[in-house]
Amino acid sequence: MSITRDEVAHLARLSRLALTEQELEHFAGQLDVIIAAVARVQEVAAEGIPPTTHALPVTNVFRDDVIVPPIGARAALDQAPAAEQDRFRVPRILAED
Amino acid sequence: MASHSMSGELVRMTAARLAAAIAAGEVSAVEVTQAHLDRIEAVDQRVRAFLHVAPQAALAAAAEVDERRRAGEPLGPLAGVPLALKDVFTTTDMPTTCGSRILEDWRPPYDATVTRRLRQAGVVILGKANMDEFAMGSSTENSAFGPSHNPWDLSRVPGGSSGGSSAAVTAFEAPLGIGTDTGGSIRQPGAVCGIVGVKPTYGGSSRYGVVAFASSLDTPGPLARTVLDAALLHEAMSGHDPCDSTSIDAPVPPVVAAARQADVNGLRVGVVTELSGDGYQPGVLARVGEAVELLESLGAKITEVSCPHFTYALPAYYLIAPSEVSSNLARFDGMRYGLRVGDDGTRSAEEVMSLTRAAGFGAEVKRRIMLGTYALSSGYYDAYYGKAQQVRTLIVRDFDAAFEQVDVLVSPTTPTTAFPIGERVDDPMAMYLADLCTIPSDLAGNAALSVPCGLAPEDGLPVGLQIMAPVLADDRLYRVGAAVEAALDARRGHPLLDEANGLGELS
Repeated sequence: MSITRDEVAHLARLSRLALTEQELEHFAGQLDVIIAAVARVQEVAAEGIPPTTHALPVTNVFRDDVIVPPIGARAALDQAPAAEQDRFRVPRILAED
Repeated sequence: MASHSMSGELVRMTAARLAAAIAAGEVSAVEVTQAHLDRIEAVDQRVRAFLHVAPQAALAAAAEVDERRRAGEPLGPLAGVPLALKDVFTTTDMPTTCGSRILEDWRPPYDATVTRRLRQAGVVILGKANMDEFAMGSSTENSAFGPSHNPWDLSRVPGGSSGGSSAAVTAFEAPLGIGTDTGGSIRQPGAVCGIVGVKPTYGGSSRYGVVAFASSLDTPGPLARTVLDAALLHEAMSGHDPCDSTSIDAPVPPVVAAARQADVNGLRVGVVTELSGDGYQPGVLARVGEAVELLESLGAKITEVSCPHFTYALPAYYLIAPSEVSSNLARFDGMRYGLRVGDDGTRSAEEVMSLTRAAGFGAEVKRRIMLGTYALSSGYYDAYYGKAQQVRTLIVRDFDAAFEQVDVLVSPTTPTTAFPIGERVDDPMAMYLADLCTIPSDLAGNAALSVPCGLAPEDGLPVGLQIMAPVLADDRLYRVGAAVEAALDARRGHPLLDEANGLGELS
């Protein structure tokens, strides 16, 4: 199993990473080596072994529904890259055509 | 006011001794804090342990401790003691960058639970310690703001990802540090700096306000120059937190009492067969072997224990952690906080997001996001992520079987001593091997500690002995660690750190 430059370009798109041609080449080589190494898990894991998703099994954790004041618009917007009229200003999300 | 020599004495004291001196009124918390700020001023240009130093906030916190003492209020066991906080914990009065351009200068609107507990305990936060970007790495070289340097040899790494914290503690810039351990990021920097580093049981310390790397693994924990100091910090920072749904609702194990007990008589110690052999530096194996003999001479019963699936822990980890990364780091989209690049009024949100993430993340973070995206894609999920989760089960079972025979397991903490800065920086697999021995306990969630066990003869650099205990038996780590520390200090006649001379301060 090896990973091609085109596959890495696809992964970069899915990951929302605008990589340069140079980065794609470089990462393709490195990811290929890493994927070959991690594929070793396929040697051992046998049928019938349940997966472990978490270090310790905990399910359905609830806490009391205590009302706490929200941080407020001012604090929420304080670190925003751009704000307008007490809201986050973001680039357009729909295409024009 | 503290004279130069008194200031020098203060920075070399243990946290326990400093707290006692402050409580007894022998020295003020402000004097102690000032001494450490002076030390940072003197050496951090070369060590580069801190990303941000906060003299005003630190002195104000210290003055408050002094005020409480004057008012006769009871002080906690670490009141007035300075600390280096890894820059992954949110702090309202200091930036939180995670070593990343994408969060450069970010000021969080809330304190992490660990931050809040430290403040309540009267611990003085000196500043934010350097780290590999988003805690991904074993050297601090993945920090966007440059690497920290190992105080034993400034040309070498201090380990990582909590390498700023370990370098600060080793260089006497702070008696205490806090790190996070996801694959070994507290224990490995502890080992290569010759200090104590502890990964508590997963869920024993809160993740609330810790910027997430791999949520099923991330565990905050202490770094210190002595086992007792680590125990005091472990106790102060731990305990149930309703804001973290994976926090354990049980009392903190009696770690301080265990560190004071320092007794291994009759304890069953298992040496892990698989964490030895090819790829391990001879001096590391020699020192760890001697530590095992030492434990036997102190009355422990030594056996060899096989954990056959541990050799698959590293590949499983490098599927599970990146998978969680690809999900957790999706939040950095340049919309509500952090960096935004290319927002010129014509580009779409998606284009701005992609440009922002490409500019804001470093190479290792990009590699892991893409690796995780790959492992979670339909068609590959069962073969990679699914299999890795099954391996995780097999590792838990190896631990369960081992802990039926022995009380603790031991191994080297990491296969080599501190490596030169630059050596592994563009060789991801070589870097990943630094976590070979520490990853099993992250995947299984049990507690583990690294304690110094001497210097490797071939390079004169520190070696760490790793001790692993069952879930919620963190106290056993401290019993064994303190016994090893006391016996080695007695044999040597002084603490190991007295021999560190990377800053050229020894004659």
